[in-house]
Amino acid sequence: MSFVYFFMSIEEQNRPDPDTLLQLLKKEEEKEKRGKLKIFFGMCAGVGKTYDMLRDAHAEISKGIDVIIGYIETHKRIETEALLTDLPVIPRKTIEYKGTILEEMDLDAIISRKPQLVLVDELAHTNVPGSRHTKRYQDVLELLDNGIDVFTTLNVQHLESRAETVAQITGNIIRETVPDSIFEAANEVEVIDISPNELLKRLSDGKVYTPERSQRAVQNFFRAGNLSALREMSLRLTAERVDQQLREYKQTKRISETWKSGTRLVVGINASLQSLSVIRWARRVSYTMDASWVAVYVETSKKATLADTEQLSKNFKLARELGAEIVTTSDEDIAGALLRVAREQNATQILIGKPKPKAFFHTSRLVKNLLRKSRDIDVYVVGHEEEKENQQQLFFQHIPNIQSGLPQYLLATMIILGVSIACIPLARLIEYKTISYIILFAVSLLPLRMGRGPVLLGATCGALAWDFLFITPIYTFSIGRIEDVLMLLVFFIVATVSGTLSARVRERERAVRQREMRSSALFALTKDLSSAHSQDEVIQATSANIKKFFNADVVVFLGDADGDMSHQAHTASSWKPDEKEFSVAAWTYWNEKKAGKFTDTLPFAQATYYSMSGPRYPVGVIGVRVRQNEKLGIDQEILLENFIAQIASAVERELLNEVTKKSIVVAESEKLYKTLFNSISHELRTPIAAILGSSEGLLFADRNQEKKMHDDLLGEIHTAAERLNRLVENLLDMTRLESGQLAPKMDWCDVRDIINTSLKKLEKELSRHIVQVHIDENNPLVLLDFVLLEQVFTNILHNASLYTPAGSTIDIQAHVQEDELFILISDNGRGFPPEVLKTLFEKFYRVPGTQTGGTGLGLSIAKGFVEAHKGTIQASNNPHGGACFTIRIPIEAQQSLTLQ
Amino acid sequence: MSTPSTEILIIDDEIQMRRLLRITLESAGYKVTLAENAAEGIRNAETHRFDAVILDLGLPDLDGIEVLKKIRTWAQYPIIILSVRSAEQDIVSALDAGANDYLTKPFRSGELVARLRTSLRVFHSKTSSTPIVEIKGIFVDTDNHIVKKNGEPVKLTPTEFALLVLFIRNAGKVLTHNYILQQVWGPKFEGESQYTRVYVAQLRKKLEDDPNNPVFFLTEAGIGYRFIDAA
Repeated sequence: MSFVYFFMSIEEQNRPDPDTLLQLLKKEEEKEKRGKLKIFFGMCAGVGKTYDMLRDAHAEISKGIDVIIGYIETHKRIETEALLTDLPVIPRKTIEYKGTILEEMDLDAIISRKPQLVLVDELAHTNVPGSRHTKRYQDVLELLDNGIDVFTTLNVQHLESRAETVAQITGNIIRETVPDSIFEAANEVEVIDISPNELLKRLSDGKVYTPERSQRAVQNFFRAGNLSALREMSLRLTAERVDQQLREYKQTKRISETWKSGTRLVVGINASLQSLSVIRWARRVSYTMDASWVAVYVETSKKATLADTEQLSKNFKLARELGAEIVTTSDEDIAGALLRVAREQNATQILIGKPKPKAFFHTSRLVKNLLRKSRDIDVYVVGHEEEKENQQQLFFQHIPNIQSGLPQYLLATMIILGVSIACIPLARLIEYKTISYIILFAVSLLPLRMGRGPVLLGATCGALAWDFLFITPIYTFSIGRIEDVLMLLVFFIVATVSGTLSARVRERERAVRQREMRSSALFALTKDLSSAHSQDEVIQATSANIKKFFNADVVVFLGDADGDMSHQAHTASSWKPDEKEFSVAAWTYWNEKKAGKFTDTLPFAQATYYSMSGPRYPVGVIGVRVRQNEKLGIDQEILLENFIAQIASAVERELLNEVTKKSIVVAESEKLYKTLFNSISHELRTPIAAILGSSEGLLFADRNQEKKMHDDLLGEIHTAAERLNRLVENLLDMTRLESGQLAPKMDWCDVRDIINTSLKKLEKELSRHIVQVHIDENNPLVLLDFVLLEQVFTNILHNASLYTPAGSTIDIQAHVQEDELFILISDNGRGFPPEVLKTLFEKFYRVPGTQTGGTGLGLSIAKGFVEAHKGTIQASNNPHGGACFTIRIPIEAQQSLTLQ
Repeated sequence: MSTPSTEILIIDDEIQMRRLLRITLESAGYKVTLAENAAEGIRNAETHRFDAVILDLGLPDLDGIEVLKKIRTWAQYPIIILSVRSAEQDIVSALDAGANDYLTKPFRSGELVARLRTSLRVFHSKTSSTPIVEIKGIFVDTDNHIVKKNGEPVKLTPTEFALLVLFIRNAGKVLTHNYILQQVWGPKFEGESQYTRVYVAQLRKKLEDDPNNPVFFLTEAGIGYRFIDAA
């Protein structure tokens, strides 16, 4: 109700964006279903987070809430430990790692115990390898997903976006971090704030650490200056959060004085370590600006090293954790690509890292280009602290590049020198200027096999060799004539330009080819998927395509009818996973998140498992085991994820198809049931009534009553019984057809014999008709089901006997022509009203106005039996009046009648 | 043929059926014993010598086919199956298991009495088979391979003749395709029903007045043939 009111009462211009509202409502709803998260947040250790959390837990218990302890670290603090008594604890799980026994929170035990609230200390903790998740916060997320409320503790330095700043302030590098998104997702954040002086006093009182540890701590971390900075940071963060909440509140409650158009931020990232700080910076800016943000990676033709790929995926991960949307695009022009994405995303600001001085020439061009083309879009260039460690890493990163290229450089030099030396004998025959063309030609061929660097070197070598070997004075680098100096300069420029240009063309071409390969892979998959007509075919196409494009083994688990994951891998899977792998797949299925190898969840697995999610529930899981056991490159990973999205929608499409089919079947059978009920009740009751009435008449009749009446009553009983019998026969035939188990029993048959048998059966019914049979004497024997076909003729002929006037002629023709048995049954009666021809063969259909006694099943049975022979039956009217049935049955083999 | 001494055993679990059969058969002059399940039927058959048995297949304690096989271990007299099972393979398997005839419910009482009579006659004539048979204008001398129709000699191939003799010897009885193939062509020809179709068609052409409306060689759809000697 409030929702309706809300829309009706507000003036039009104040109306909030419906999409934003919907998202907020969705958020609310999601929060309702999930467990609630409360974070006890502090500036550093020792402020009393655990203590406060326990105290709050006791308050919850007194409210009747079922509270348990998942994991608590008291650090032997007496006051804290006192609060632990009479709280139920889930025993920790012990995990053996490299010979030592370590303890971790027992996630499964908590989930199966399903308390209302669980206390989990130290959110930023990193789990022992071999646990399900790498980080404890992932455990907490899973608890929340399971609808369990969680109390947890967190220090400001562990927040991803603040870790770097804290490291700068305190000099300690923070390794255990949690994504900011979990902080934002918390339903409640309680700041545990005490003044730095008070904390230092607690430290010196030994309330936080043992005395000698306190000493060390005060000297290192707990310096008053540090503490003030940390305190300010944590308070500001909480204030920002409050601000954000206020904004959300304003949005939902429609207090809209400061309504902003949705700001959007694009941050350009690359495979460098610096991108991490740019990402953190972007996240802070976007948060204070209340802007959503997009991290864009522009892939160029420059070949990425393994280290690059790894760094890039780290960068992506951080961006994702900090709430960014990731967009990858390929383009040689980075600035152009960034601007294109920014425009597409409707972003108003672009953020990039300050270019490295080392690659000054290249990257400053990026900044220049960006500024030149950006027009209305703001461009921020963000600086970053260069740590020593980073520089070292960068240095090592570059060495392999040169090393790997070294043979190429050598080769380039050798080729050019070789060509030059080979030209020495020519120098006597041709002019030295012409020789420059030969060398130039050699240089221009280099890019076919080499990168830009070797080509440049080759060009330089060529210039020098020409000068040294051919320009007078020869065998010196000095040049006598000014004309030759110019020549050499031109030679050098031409060699360099043509070399680099063709190298660049080649690189670009390679990038295009790669892109083409990717899109053709996707196209191939889409094509295969769209031509698949069942779930099995979809899975087969999936398995084959992933195998082909990723050189990987594929296993597919589908959801079953109950919404559980099927325990059997799909038959099209290319490897059989064991029980352990299955459990990883199951985790992915239920949590709808990627897990397994190369992920943070259950990384011990052999394969990476991806969830195939439909809108309503997960449709299944795909496990991909890369054969060369190497993490997929970032572009391949994105391609794979695209693949899986396509596959999921195809699987779902088939699933929905099946549901639709089923519902059609249900509707059909309901309709059939109704018709059956109406028709059968009438058809059954009429003869039963006749039998009951007549037999009663006989039972109670006067013995001496006239014989004629006796006989009439007996005749009635007999007729009614025959009618009942016919109905039952028809129903039985119909049931055989409907059950789908009607397999014709093929046997060599003489068509004449079949027709004669059926005519004999109907001798009485057809006694007042003229029947003409035209069958070639020499018709061969054909493979048919004698009984079924005889029934077909009997039903049609019986109809003819019922619905044509006495004295009518029934004409039967049959002949075998090539590979078909052709039968024509016609009469010279009234024929069919044209409008009934279509519905004639439908179950329980009876031509309106015809006499009673039929069941409306005869022709539909005839049709069913003919179709069981893969044949067709058609009804029509003769041009000269009368009904006509045409039956065509394909004949595979025939045998002539003359056997000896 | 029906003398008061002809005793028929009826094995059927439906009381109404037993009553109807008793009335029908007694009015046709037979002496009737009723059994309502397989055990009782077998016990009756073991302890008393009947002239024929009418057997239902759907018995509560044992399938009728098993009862048939059991009785066949010691008795050669006609056993007629009377069942609601109308699928051809049921009929064929009952006939192959040694039943003399098969009627599906609902049946006409006249038909039942006629079939029973035929079966009894075939059973008794077998023991005293004559080499010369004459039926409605057809004369067959089995010993001398002579066949005449309306006094005119008819030329039959040896196979046609063997088939004809088989039909005459089993006049009135349904013969399955497989039985005919086995008797005339040998066990290797099982399943090759095109032979019976072709040869019966030839016999009809040579011996029937109207081959399209046969009165001697009748087709039993999906099962085989029955030779009628309308004596």
